Amino acid sequence: MELKHESNSQATRGRHVEILTGNHAASHAARMARVDVVSAYPITPQSPVVEKISEFIASGEMSARMIRVESEQSAMASCISASITGARVFTATSANGLAYMNEQLAWAAGTRLPLVMCVVTRALAAPWSVWTDHQDAISQRDTGWMQVFCEDNQEIYDTVLEAYKVAENDNIFLPIMVCFDGYILSHTTMPVELLSQNEVDTFLPSFNSHLKLHEKIDEPVGVNPVTLPDPREGFPGYMEFRYRLQKTIEKAIDVFEDIERDFASLSGRNHGGVVRGYKMEDADIAIVGMGSASSQAKKAIPHLREQGIKAGVLTIRLFRPFPKARIREALKNVKQVVVFDRDVAYGLEGAISAELKSALYNRKHQPHVQGFIVGLGGRDFKTEHVIHGTKMAMEYAEKNEVPDETKWLGVDK
Amino acid sequence: MVDYKDPKSTIAAVQVPSEGEAGKTGSWRSFKPVFNPEKCILIKSEKARCHICWMFCPEVAITKSRPPTINLDYCKGCGICSTECPHGAITMKKE
Ligand code: SF4
Ligand code: SF4
Repeated sequence: MELKHESNSQATRGRHVEILTGNHAASHAARMARVDVVSAYPITPQSPVVEKISEFIASGEMSARMIRVESEQSAMASCISASITGARVFTATSANGLAYMNEQLAWAAGTRLPLVMCVVTRALAAPWSVWTDHQDAISQRDTGWMQVFCEDNQEIYDTVLEAYKVAENDNIFLPIMVCFDGYILSHTTMPVELLSQNEVDTFLPSFNSHLKLHEKIDEPVGVNPVTLPDPREGFPGYMEFRYRLQKTIEKAIDVFEDIERDFASLSGRNHGGVVRGYKMEDADIAIVGMGSASSQAKKAIPHLREQGIKAGVLTIRLFRPFPKARIREALKNVKQVVVFDRDVAYGLEGAISAELKSALYNRKHQPHVQGFIVGLGGRDFKTEHVIHGTKMAMEYAEKNEVPDETKWLGVDK
Repeated sequence: MVDYKDPKSTIAAVQVPSEGEAGKTGSWRSFKPVFNPEKCILIKSEKARCHICWMFCPEVAITKSRPPTINLDYCKGCGICSTECPHGAITMKKE
């Protein structure tokens, strides 16, 4: 009882700063978003997100229902069912847990359910690894989910709140992954400013589901029946639903930016919208990355500039939908782009560098793009790798070379 | 009525079930549900509410009446009603 008394007082606290790990920043955001249902299965490095939530529920600070399951596939299935009934749902996972959800992820997106899931990024086995890279999240990029990557713990807290607002927007209704690096953020403490509950409630009104099944308890409907190749009397075909999914996710870039502006005016914090530039104003060379890869790139900028190399960093915050036009705009003055991928689209190259090239193709301004694979399975991605890679890329650009084979840094070949 | 051309009203594929939606599924049956009125809670008490069988039947072959009736033209014999009925009022018999 004492615990309950103590923690309930937290609900009425105003805006204040706490020292939190990335995982706990996510838990606090889920609590303050007044999530109704949480279902998850433990996996390193995600587990503390949901452990903290279960403490909040036990102490009465959160009135959510926790559904315990035997696997990630079931976790996602429970989240889907809960969301269909109109509940606001939260879950979190990592690596092979996320891979195990794959089939259900496609159901969630196809049913247009605004789930928010933290993906605490970790290398996909085999071989077994518990350390960070972005392979788990990147491997799910074609499921119809939106994906945002964070760079610090404050951004995690803020992005989870923004994610609900984007996902539940009545022009969107799509699930979203809030991705952040395992250990580098998940287990590292930083000061995080929590908004007051009043501020969060104003920013994030309750969820109004498009399915409204809770209003139709006496008129049962079937969700996701067999949908035929062609439309028939009164019912669209499979392709119509998939067309709407793609058209909707395309719209999410503008919606995300609008919501970021709203959030910035409420909180005073602006994370840059869908892409974020650092020292890009006068840059000749843009270094592109996501999450920990982009944080590391920023560390290298003073060293590169000391050597007369005018480099800046472009952080891709929203990876799905891929903000092609915003990226082109941000790169319009650079001669050259260097991409650091903590992932591999196996058989091709790093996913970000491949997608970036497709965003630039068939356009007037086509800077030279060179990608590098770095930091897989928690291998340190260091400032020296950024500097070395940038110089290698400059040599290729000078010779007008675009090597077909992938370039890896920091690996014993 | 839902306007199926309007993307807003068909964000996800939702189907209002109706009798015969999948054809005359009664021909699929190898077991048939037999309704035992003396066990049905709706017969035993005028005040009772239930209709769990109606809610669960995937073919909409059970009516929401007192007592519920089963349309064997569309009942495919899946046995869900029999499993879900909390009072054992529906039993499955081999055809
Ligand atoms: S067995 Fe029962 S649930 Fe199944 S189709 Fe027939 S009436 Fe419906
Ligand atoms: S579920 Fe059983 S008790 Fe309930 S209405 Fe149907 S037959 Fe009667």
